[in-house]
Amino acid sequence: MARQVTLNRRLINTAVAWSLGLLIFFPILWTILTSFKTEAEAISLQPSLFGFDWTLENYQEVNARSNYPRFFANSVIIAVGSTLLGLCIAVPAAWAMAFVPSNRTRGILMWMLSTKMLPPVGVLIPIYLIFREFGLLDSRIGLVFVLMMVNLPIIIWMLFTYFREIPGEILEAARMDGANMKSEILYVLTPMAVPGIASTMLLCVILAWNEAFWTLVLTTTQAAPLTQFIASFSSPEGLFYAKLSAASTMAIAPVLILGWFSQKQLVRGLTFGAVK
Amino acid sequence: MMSPAVILLLLWMIVPLAMTLYFSFLRYNLLMPGTEAFDGIQNYRYFLTDPAFLEALGNTLMLVGGVLCITVIGGTLLALLLDQPMFGQGIVRLLFIAPFFVMPTVSALVWKNMFMNPTNGLFAFVAKVFGGTPIDWLGHYPLPSIILIVAWQWLPFATLILLTALQSLDSEQIEAAEMDGANAFSRFFHIVVPHLARAATVVILIQTIFLLSIFAEILVTTNGGPGNASTNIPFLVYAQSLLQFDVGVGSAGGIVAVVLANIVAIFLMRMVGKNLDL
Amino acid sequence: MKYFKKAALAAATGAILAAGAAQAETVTIATVNNGDMVRMQKLTDDFTSKNPGIELEWVTLEENALRQQVTTDIATKGGQFDVMTIGTYEVPIWAQQGWLVPLDDLGADYDIDDILPAIRGGLSVDGSLYAAPFYGESSMVMYRTDLMEAAGMEMPEAPTWDFIADAARAMTDKDNDIYGICLRGKAGWGENMAFLTATANSFGARWFDEEWNAQFDSPQWAETLNFYVDLMNEAGPPGASNNGFNENLTLFRNGQCGMWIDATVAASFVTNEESTVADSVGFALAPDNGLGKRGNWLWAWSLAIPAGTQQEEAAKKFVAWATSKDYLELVAENEGWANVPPGTRTSLYENPEYQKVPFAQMTLDSINSADPTNPTVDPVPYVGVQFVAIPEFQGMATAVGQQFSAALAGQTTVESALANAQALTQRTMDRAGYPK
Repeated sequence: MARQVTLNRRLINTAVAWSLGLLIFFPILWTILTSFKTEAEAISLQPSLFGFDWTLENYQEVNARSNYPRFFANSVIIAVGSTLLGLCIAVPAAWAMAFVPSNRTRGILMWMLSTKMLPPVGVLIPIYLIFREFGLLDSRIGLVFVLMMVNLPIIIWMLFTYFREIPGEILEAARMDGANMKSEILYVLTPMAVPGIASTMLLCVILAWNEAFWTLVLTTTQAAPLTQFIASFSSPEGLFYAKLSAASTMAIAPVLILGWFSQKQLVRGLTFGAVK
Repeated sequence: MMSPAVILLLLWMIVPLAMTLYFSFLRYNLLMPGTEAFDGIQNYRYFLTDPAFLEALGNTLMLVGGVLCITVIGGTLLALLLDQPMFGQGIVRLLFIAPFFVMPTVSALVWKNMFMNPTNGLFAFVAKVFGGTPIDWLGHYPLPSIILIVAWQWLPFATLILLTALQSLDSEQIEAAEMDGANAFSRFFHIVVPHLARAATVVILIQTIFLLSIFAEILVTTNGGPGNASTNIPFLVYAQSLLQFDVGVGSAGGIVAVVLANIVAIFLMRMVGKNLDL
Repeated sequence: MKYFKKAALAAATGAILAAGAAQAETVTIATVNNGDMVRMQKLTDDFTSKNPGIELEWVTLEENALRQQVTTDIATKGGQFDVMTIGTYEVPIWAQQGWLVPLDDLGADYDIDDILPAIRGGLSVDGSLYAAPFYGESSMVMYRTDLMEAAGMEMPEAPTWDFIADAARAMTDKDNDIYGICLRGKAGWGENMAFLTATANSFGARWFDEEWNAQFDSPQWAETLNFYVDLMNEAGPPGASNNGFNENLTLFRNGQCGMWIDATVAASFVTNEESTVADSVGFALAPDNGLGKRGNWLWAWSLAIPAGTQQEEAAKKFVAWATSKDYLELVAENEGWANVPPGTRTSLYENPEYQKVPFAQMTLDSINSADPTNPTVDPVPYVGVQFVAIPEFQGMATAVGQQFSAALAGQTTVESALANAQALTQRTMDRAGYPK
């Protein structure tokens, strides 16, 4: 920072930013705190921030009622699987668009993005019938495929904006050295593109993890991810705020932690094409 | 090289879409098998003359527009704030980005039950502490409440992208402007805003894609009500296909939604094309 | 399409092979996350120890989500479930489509004649039982004896709506967060419309006349809805338009409701250890208006087996276990008689142990006083107390429920809510081609 800043100003900035940050984070914090309360305290008309009897009973109850490890494993498999599969298809496509553009490139890209605007309910019955036909209902592979398709346009678009920033001269130099298309991608582009691919991957894992339409409709038990786990704790009979909070905490914690650790890469990938 | 992706997306789009299109001309209710028959454009007529349709269309636009306004303006302000020197910037940033990682269903459940509930919610408690009457958020302000919840989820995204854009701003340019005697206000509008335009375009594009099909938040919080006050197009299609199990009308609604989405897409593409020089 | 099919098949083969090993005798059960079902899930060790070789997989969902999943599955023959939890609304419709396995052979000691006649009738088509009742319910008044006393009033065993309204207003103390009456307001055919349809019956209203014409323009409906909205505005909790069964249960347990008219199963929840008012709860029949019909409904959450399941025998074993007399005793042993799933078997109500439970008799009387085949004051062409047993009902009643919920929230007037309800109901019925 070249500009001079007084300590006062810095303190004011800090205070304002921290209070706003805490305000925005508060719903999550409150959920986590509530998960350690008893049900009676959770709905108390005089809520307390920290001064309550901390208890683990909600977590025990949630664990006793459902097989968390299986939901968790399914979420990981589906999120990571669909992302990896998507990358396999998207990297060549984005590569071609970025380095061998034609008049139609822009149109195709925009058409791809527009496929994301369809409301999924509109095609629910057809997809359901197709899945039944192929025996894909409640299978991880089916869900991996669907989520891959759902996120593919975003993956391609992000990779495209990223690849476009790689200077074309490097490719030409490689071609001069006799590299064919395959080795161009493998040895020249990939190393330069790794940061972009990494951030694309992160975003996709997060989006797939949080996807709550197809995962609920197409799974029952064997392939059910954490969204299904949450659904079984939403508004049951009786008091449920604390148990719901515990289940919520368990469902969002993995991706929250992943996101926090990787936020720098994530943002860089998202903004590469935009911020220049 | 593009072809696998294009073929897959084509299949993904065209196979279900063709089936949807076909169903949309059928009289087809899941609960009454064996009664399927060609029905002309009756399904479209039924869907488009539904009194809820225009309301849902308006709500969809309000929802997208409202969230975009809040996130772009709020995101810009927050980005400006976070760009200032301060203590613990890294941690503050973590606090700001957190909502983006929360599952939409979870955030809707938490907001509905633990914050907006007019008897046991935290907002009601705060209102009572200050001697006010608790507001029945989801009953009286259903759409604004949903906009608030969705904006909360997307604000971090906008903030971070705009912040990154801001950080890439040439500080010499600002200093030069400062020397020319430009005040903070005109510096902001003549240098910062144009610089952010491109990032804002990305924010608007990506968010619109997701906001047009907002569904889980509505299902969990208000179920589209009271009345149709918070029903958007995806929710209306859902009500036809999964409450009424009328696949014919649901499919017609799906096709209408696709057409509307494409209209929005064309506008967006125009805008994006200009700003992203694709 | 062909190319796609091959590719998808190749991809799917792996998944099917992987799933094959576990498929031996796994029964997948879809159920609601209501308290009694969660308890059943906890007690499954008893079943699996008696039936080695059968494994149970549970899908526990909130009511509406469950209904969508099982309906989509059964209508498209998805085959994802072996046992489904459905209600008295679905059973006759689905059974007539041939979607359910008849359950007339659940074993010699099952004692099918022990099932309460009102419940059994609702789950049978042409004399065959198509779903076994897990618990049955009607609706009744639950009230706070202490607040009633403080208000200087006394609850009769069979109150009128006028009495309920007076008592509700007298009990309300908004400064202390006490509301005279809590009623369902959340839109949904199984939420506010269950309550309002049953209530309307006691006001002499009906959904359709004998020619299937919608009746929301009748003075009886106007009277019903005005009564409801006025009462809730004066004596109901804030945000009532978002309150369903669970929200009201929470309020009542938390001591914020003077009276609550809802499902009889709630009785055990408001009197157990999680309730702060357990010691001062009284019960009464659902109110009437002197027209010969009470505002109580009839419902049974039941276990049904979809036709075409691969695990029919194992599924039947499970259904028989979960709805047997032995299961009732198992719950009684583990959790006490008050927590036994109520409203299904005559023998339960003859059991002296169960008769000690404070709400037992009132539950039985409520169930017996509901008559699904003759639900209204004026004649109707349909069956069902709080619903109309036709496939179109759930979508249309949910839309009507949205209108009534909006009237409760003050977003629209009672008159325009009724006019909208009339228009949309008639529209749906015309499209469906009634009268058939």
